[in-house]
Formats: sequence, C-alpha cells, structure tokens
Amino acid sequence: MTVLDAGPRFEGDDRTERMERALRPAHHPFEVWSMGGERDAYASSGERHYPLNHARVKGVGGSTLHWQGMVMRLHESDFRRRTRDGVGTDWPIDYETLRPYYAAAERELGVAGAADNPFAPPREEPYPMPAFPPSHSDALFAEACEALGVATHSVPNARNSEAYDGRSPCVGYGTCKPVCPSGAKYTAEVHVRRAERAGATVIPEAPVQRLETGGDGRRVARAVYADDAAGGAERTVTADQFVLAAGGVETPRLLLLSADEDHPDGLANASGAVGRYFTDHLFAGMGGTLDEPVGGNRIGFVTGESHQFYDDPGASTRGIPGSDADLGPIKLEFLNYDGTSTVRAPSPVRIALDDGAWGDRLLDRIRERYGNGVAIGALVGQTPRADNRIALDRSRADDHGNPVPDVRWSIDDRTRRTVRRANEIQRAILSELGVDVEWTVGPENTGPAYHHMGTTRMGTDPDRSVVDRRLRTHDVANLTVASSSVFPTGGAMNPTLTIAALALKAADHVAADL
Amino acid sequence: MELTRRDALAALAGAGVVGGGGAAVLARDPFGEAGPDDSPGATTAVLPTLTAAAEVVYPSDLDGIGEFVETYALGRVADRPDDRDGLASAVREVDAAAREWYGAAYADLDRSSRDEVLRELGADAADPDPAGSRAERVRYYVVNELLYALYTSPAGADLVGVGNVVGHAGGTEAYRREP
Repeated sequence: MTVLDAGPRFEGDDRTERMERALRPAHHPFEVWSMGGERDAYASSGERHYPLNHARVKGVGGSTLHWQGMVMRLHESDFRRRTRDGVGTDWPIDYETLRPYYAAAERELGVAGAADNPFAPPREEPYPMPAFPPSHSDALFAEACEALGVATHSVPNARNSEAYDGRSPCVGYGTCKPVCPSGAKYTAEVHVRRAERAGATVIPEAPVQRLETGGDGRRVARAVYADDAAGGAERTVTADQFVLAAGGVETPRLLLLSADEDHPDGLANASGAVGRYFTDHLFAGMGGTLDEPVGGNRIGFVTGESHQFYDDPGASTRGIPGSDADLGPIKLEFLNYDGTSTVRAPSPVRIALDDGAWGDRLLDRIRERYGNGVAIGALVGQTPRADNRIALDRSRADDHGNPVPDVRWSIDDRTRRTVRRANEIQRAILSELGVDVEWTVGPENTGPAYHHMGTTRMGTDPDRSVVDRRLRTHDVANLTVASSSVFPTGGAMNPTLTIAALALKAADHVAADL
Repeated sequence: MELTRRDALAALAGAGVVGGGGAAVLARDPFGEAGPDDSPGATTAVLPTLTAAAEVVYPSDLDGIGEFVETYALGRVADRPDDRDGLASAVREVDAAAREWYGAAYADLDRSSRDEVLRELGADAADPDPAGSRAERVRYYVVNELLYALYTSPAGADLVGVGNVVGHAGGTEAYRREP
C-alpha cells in the first residue's frame, strides 16, 4: 500500500511551538500548519465568500491536526431526510448498516463519552473512555436549561480522558483547535503510524495531479503525482485499487482535473454530480457577560450540549415557544470559551498580548476583561443544493499549473430560517441565565463550520450520484472514495466520526475486492 | 507573590523545552557572546536588561523575577538560534536607547524610566512583529515574550485566580470548579 500526501510530514516534537504561533498575535493562523500561498490558492465566486484555508491542513494527518475533536453519530433521521422532511435526499444506507462501523470508529479514534444523552441514536456498548465531566459553566447552563425544560448532556470527544492507545490523557493546554501539544486529541497520524508499521509506504509532499485510466476507461491505471521533495518531477504509482481521501474540496477537484477523452467532464462524473451539492454546517451563536465569574478558557473543548432540537427543531418546551416552520436539525453547544474560537478568545494570555498595557495596569485589565464571558453555539444543517459546488477556476493556477478550486456557496432560506430558530433558543437560554447578550452570529453573519460534504454523493442511481453504497464510483470499477464528500446530506453533527465509520466500511469492500 | 522555578519550568514546557528541565541549558549562556562591535548595545548584558524589562511589564508585587527570566529566557532560546538572535538584538536596542536618552544602561535606570524607555520606543502601541520595525520587534521579543511566559505559567493562572490558563498544561480539574 502506498499513501500519497499532498503536504509535508509534521514532526511531533514542535507542537508547542505551533501552539505559540496560534496564541501570539504576530502570527497569522495559517502559519500554525503552513497553509496558504500558491499551493492552496482558491476562488470563491458564490453568493457567500468561503474562507477555505482557515480550517484545513495539507500534510500527513490532514485536517485532523487542526480539528476540534467532536465525534457524534448521525441520527437515524439523517439517513431519511427526503422521506422525513421532503428536502435533500435519502442515504442509500441506514443507521443500522453503519452502526457497527460507528462502534469500531469510536474504538479506533479513542472516544470519551457517556450514555447520558436521551436524544442519541441507539448504541450497543459503552464508550472506550469515560466522558469529561461538565465544566463550571455547563452547570450554570444546565440550571437555566432545566428551568426552560431543555435537557443537557455530555459530549463525546476524540480526546483522551485517560491514557489510551499509548497516548497521554488531556493535560489542559486549552488550544485543541488548532493544535494539541500533548497528543491527547486524536489525529490521523495515529493510523498513519499503524499503517507504516504494517508495511505501508507514505510519500509526503506528493500532490496527486491526476488519475489516468487504461483500456476502456473503466479502471484507474495510475496516479500521477508531483514529487515536490525532488523539485516537482512527475512520477506515477500503479495499483489494483485506488482510494481517494482528500476531503470534500480536493476530492472532486482531482476528479475534475482527471478529465480526458473518455471522461470529458471529469473522472467518475457521468452523472454530472462531481463537485455539486457542496454542503456545510452553519454556525449560530450568541454570547455576553454574566455578573459572576464563569472561568472560561480553562480547557479548549466542549463538555456540554443539548440535542433536544435536533430531530424536532421546532419543539416547544415549557420555556421556549414552538415553531411550525420547516426547519433543519440544530445541535446546541455550551461553549467552554468566551467567543467562537478557543485560541482567539479573550483568555489571560491573549488579553496580555493584545491589550497594550503592562505591569499592574495589565493585570487589572485582564481581571476586568476575563472571566465573565459566556457563549452558546450551534451547528445548523444546510439543505443540499446542486448550485453549491466545487468547480475549477481556469483563470488561476496553483503551484503546479492546475486550475484552482472555485467554491461556489450560498445559503438557502430553510437553512437561514433554522439559524434564526437556533438564535431564538439561544436567546431564551441566555436570558434565563441572566446574561447580558453582547454578540450574535445569526442568518446575516453566519459562517461555515468547515465541514465539506456532498461533492461526490453516495446513491443507488448512477445518473444522480457519484459513488455507490460500497463507496466505489459508479463509473470506474477500482476507485473508492473515503470522505465526507460522499454524504448525501449532512445532518447537523460534526462529520468526522461518520467519515471514519464510512472509511472502515470502504476498507472492508476494498479488501474484499483485493 | 513569588515566582518560582516551577513557574519557569512550566512555562518552558509550554514553549516546547522539556527533558533538560532548564538545568542543562543554564550551564551555558546562549547570550554569552556580545554582538558585533558596531551594533547597538554591543556591550549589553542581555539577561540583566531583559530582567529589568520584566520588572516593568510584570505586576509589581511579583518576586523572583530574575530567576524566572533567566531560566525561561535561557532555556527557551537555547536551541532556537533565530529566536535567540532576535531576542538579543531587541534587548540590545532597548539598552542602546536607554544609554542614548537617559545616559545609563537600561538595567541601571529606575523603574519609571525603564517604563518610559519602552513607551518612547513605541512598544506600547506597536503591533508585535519579529521582522518589523524596532518598536514592533521590541514589542514581540521583549514585551510579548515576557508576557507570554508569565501568563502561560502556573503563576499567571494564580494571578488571574483561575487554576489553569490557555497555553499551560494545568490539567483537567480546574475547569470544573467555580473560579
């Protein structure tokens, strides 16, 4: 097995330096994982600008180096969006099909969780590690939510609450996103190392330029990559089976870049669906200050949520009026940091480096500015639309002369309405808590959660989808896609556990074919 | 409040310097060599100057600043030549300004004059930039370097009264408690 990775191998001993780059204001966020520049150029010609490079990493481990580490299973309802809500499409597989793979993925990633979530889909066994206990602010939120009839619960995290799989428990650096210096947070480096021990070859700095088919065009014969460590010379790898696992943007881009005489619209694109139905989760949030110390920013992850409005986003409770509107799923997050980002939030060190004061005056400023902030976030599921797509922008080339990806993204009325509904719920909770609301992320200023889905959607009909339920492309017999790009719809749960579950399923099928 | 060696070592661990525990790096002074003869502050002793700056940018009731700065500053740049040179160069520029404007080494000035030198250099208003103007480099390598060390250490957490702060591996107990 040979793995071609577009970026470098990041050695493990400099993670604290990367953390420092994330915390010190002199450094742009891209510097943490060396993103940006010609290699990562892109266009964003849709209705909404899409800040593509802010949460992806090219290199061994990929965006799991940067991710937050939240690992929820999709709900049974997510697999039946068309049947249930009349929007989007149904998945060609159901929750029961994926269920054993979810359990395996939780063991592989190392998930700390508890069975206290009354809204979660059925599960067969305890989580591999106990959940992280609730934070002080979770307890404040729980009290307010209880008064309103909203149930709160723990959060499954792909981060060690105790030593697991040879990795440290979390030690509380508080900078999980974009970098965990202790190794407690799962990154895909775990499985890269395991693959290498089993005999796989990993070639870093080897961006694949195109896939070439042989014979009748029904099989991939070779992957052509640029050997960047050797000045960019083109090299080829041949194989019986090829697996694309480059995320929801680069996966369809590579298929489009692989167009040839037999596949004029791109490889595996007889349906025309490659790159289309680009779907994300939208962030809805609200925050302010409480007249008592809250003590945020002491860890960098979320320990409390409510999934009460996931399957029934319009539900009424004794404190929150219901809604009859057509809405998508909502996942509420009680943030343990003051703002929308852990490392840029006003923590003591960030205030110290930003404020301009020093000495006693600075300490006073930190005590004034830190400690009373409270924030509540939400993920809102976006309705897939064919017009939202990853296309090629032929007017601009990357460092190898290939057209850059063009992210054409807009937000439909249903999704906007759901963001507004999330804000209503958030406002009710913060009001009950006695928070003076100072900022809102709503329908007008919402942004993506950087969960790139839908661009090689899975389905049974080759005219309307790109891969089948075995995750293999309809058109090309030996090409498999392991990515959130195969999600037909995205729900409102962070996608990584589902990506991992589908990857395990894909691996079973590839192994059978070999 | 007393800054301890533990604070410096914790700040060092947060800066990626582990294992040696500071003792090994203390055995050699990475600032031992003065700059070129014609560079500003060629004869500046870097550590006393940096410590004198720390006495300005840290809260006034902190004790043990000298040892904290020595352990942290030395340990941190021992294996980072670019940072070491950037830090030494910025510190020498602070000292050169003190000699030119106040007629004395920075470390020999009273606290209020040391504060003034940093302000007159523009370090209070400058955006930090390791490759920027003098003011931006002083802000990055002197002021922010010192503040980063303190406010990602256990002492920083104690000063703010929260048990753990971002950038410090202060465990997963504090977040559960009322601050």
